[in-house]
Amino acid sequence: MNHFFARHLYLVDFTVASLGRRRGRNLGLFAVYVLLVFVLASVSLMTHGLRREAQAILESSPEIVVQRMIAGRNDPVPTGAVAAITGIRGVRAVQGRLWGYYYDAGMRANYTLMVPPDRPVESGAVVIGGGIARLRQLDTGDIVHFMAPDGRIVRFTVSGTLDSASELVSADLVLMNEGDFRAFFGFPADRFTDVVASVRNPREVGTVASKIALALPEARVVTRADMLRTYEALFDWRGGMVAVVLSGAVLAFVILAWDKAAGLSADERREIGVLKAIGWETSDVIAVKFWEGALVSLLAFLAGYVLAYGHVFYFSGALFEPALKGWAILYPRFRLVPEINGQQVATIFFFTVVPYTLATIFPIWRAATIDPDTVMR
Amino acid sequence: MTDTVLISLKKVSKIHNEGRPNEVQAVVGIDLDIARGKVTVLRGASGSGKTTLLTVIGCLARPSSGRVALDGRDISGMPERFLTRIRQETFGFVFQGFNLLRGMSALDNIMLPAYPQAPPHRWLRRRALDLLSMLRLEHRADTPVEMLSGGEAQRTAIARALVNDPPILIADEPTANLDTALTREFLGIAETLKAQGKTLILTSHDPRVFEAGMVDHVVTLRDGRVEERR
Amino acid sequence: MNKHLRLSTTSLSVLAVALAAALATLVDAALRFDSEALARRNRAALAETLQLSDLSLFTEARYTRHPALADLHSAFQDHPAALDHFPSAAWMPPTRWHEKQP
Ligand SMILES: Nc1ncnc2c1ncn2[C@@H]1O[C@H](COP(=O)(O)OP(=O)(O)O)[C@@H](O)[C@H]1O
Ligand SMILES: [Mg+2]
Repeated sequence: MNHFFARHLYLVDFTVASLGRRRGRNLGLFAVYVLLVFVLASVSLMTHGLRREAQAILESSPEIVVQRMIAGRNDPVPTGAVAAITGIRGVRAVQGRLWGYYYDAGMRANYTLMVPPDRPVESGAVVIGGGIARLRQLDTGDIVHFMAPDGRIVRFTVSGTLDSASELVSADLVLMNEGDFRAFFGFPADRFTDVVASVRNPREVGTVASKIALALPEARVVTRADMLRTYEALFDWRGGMVAVVLSGAVLAFVILAWDKAAGLSADERREIGVLKAIGWETSDVIAVKFWEGALVSLLAFLAGYVLAYGHVFYFSGALFEPALKGWAILYPRFRLVPEINGQQVATIFFFTVVPYTLATIFPIWRAATIDPDTVMR
Repeated sequence: MTDTVLISLKKVSKIHNEGRPNEVQAVVGIDLDIARGKVTVLRGASGSGKTTLLTVIGCLARPSSGRVALDGRDISGMPERFLTRIRQETFGFVFQGFNLLRGMSALDNIMLPAYPQAPPHRWLRRRALDLLSMLRLEHRADTPVEMLSGGEAQRTAIARALVNDPPILIADEPTANLDTALTREFLGIAETLKAQGKTLILTSHDPRVFEAGMVDHVVTLRDGRVEERR
Repeated sequence: MNKHLRLSTTSLSVLAVALAAALATLVDAALRFDSEALARRNRAALAETLQLSDLSLFTEARYTRHPALADLHSAFQDHPAALDHFPSAAWMPPTRWHEKQP
């Protein structure tokens, strides 16, 4: 066999035997290392996957949403606005929407009630999202009661549930027809919650939006680009929170690695002296330290990453559920599309493996100056 | 008769901490020839410079002045890498405290000096086991060295010194902590090695060693200088 | 026959297994991608027909449900200590008016 490989195999033999001597300490360090990579990689894969989901939805979301503001707060839009917006040049289609929130006091959960623009729902019937179906243990044909704002108990028949694979967007939806919606909330007949508009030429969204704002001074016009920005900010902010918390952990780890690496103990110095005295070259000693850093950090990185992959894509990031869920009672079941962002993985690799390996090798340059005759003293 | 001279020292001096207030002249202008295939003992009181001289002979340290020739080749000015190579091929060391690596088995310790040359693993393991059985220690092969008794640790250290089959074996105060029986056993091993043609260089202030029959030369040191040769 | 496993063999094998597992995640991702991406397209299609703009991921409060559309200026409306979407809220917690005054 090639002498180079044979020599390095021997050096690996020594490295591993050497690591095995402080087994508890080294295993502890290794576990911390794996955990760190696991959390970093989980956060990274998870936020990336959710971001892509949000993007996919936003890409097909309404191009323009028109809300009405009174004294800086949202207010239902008069139905006349639909005609006014339809008259603006460049607008292709306009539709008034009816939707709102319902707080289920029994379950302490928030639902989103809406009138679907695309499908008829019979009077007295609702179509519910998978999250509600699970929470209330409802199935098609079951009866569900909601308490209207004026105190009436309103009875609905579940006429269907939305596809469970779509829970990520529909977990908390309750679809009902317009008459039921208006009657339930006491929603004025001449109002919509908001109005959505599409444009003929996607490049004119900005122009059309400002025309709408001009035509309806009390309107607040939200374009798809605005929504995208909001989402970016939201994910950056939540991701940033996690990063701030994690940076503490990363720093602690760096200190740990540095302490382990920088402090060549008297024992280690003596050992290096012995190795040199019995015929090891300085480069052999450095190679051993390199292997020590590389084996530990590579293995920790790979293990942490593989665990994170399983966690995010097979267990839906179950450990993050409490953080994402917050106060919520309803939480969707979902499976993210396994897209691995190479750049993020490379970043994690770079910030964990490289510093550890360097911190392990670095102090050895000083050890290289240990004279072999020190062992005779 | 230069062919019987293996190592030759000319006016070798060694100053520790040269130029600093704690400077020590450990070895002063020593001329010395070490004969091939013989047993040489460096004798002297503690602090007389035996160990220092041994480090110079064994290429562990360079002399502050003077020349060291190995097999007629001047090695005193060679760079560290060459000295490492020479140490590896030419010398086996049995250190005073043995300096075995704790936490590793006797067998692993014995194999260590051969790692950089990377001989076939099976062969190296076989050789280490053979050395252990030659020293009647095969039952201790897998024992961590800190569990060995003093005599076992010394024999392990001897096996480690022999694993690269060096022509010269250097041992610093080999009997310092051994009782009479173990000292006799060590001398027996030394005699066997001498019979195999190895050159032995020992330091000792133990009469049981320098008065032993197989010792060919005794060099007595005092304050870093040669006081007497025999 | 001397059956002796070297540490280098064991440890490099473990490393190789870990590497293989990491590569397997790529293969797994590629294998699952089509069906999962189809599910995502279906989700997006549903979102399009229902004119949705947000994930139903944050249902804890009314204003968190639709970050894309929420009236972002109405923090604390559902819970006095609920996080709003502004980083500043992380630095200054809401006043705890119900706590005993000194
Ligand atoms: N590395 C060193 N640094 C400073 N002084 C040393 C060193 N090694 C030995 N000495 C000093 O050199 C002298 C000779 O020591 P040594 O060679 O160890 O003698 P011996 O082995 O005969 O006891 C002693 O005075 C000792 O203190
Ligand atoms: Mg001494």
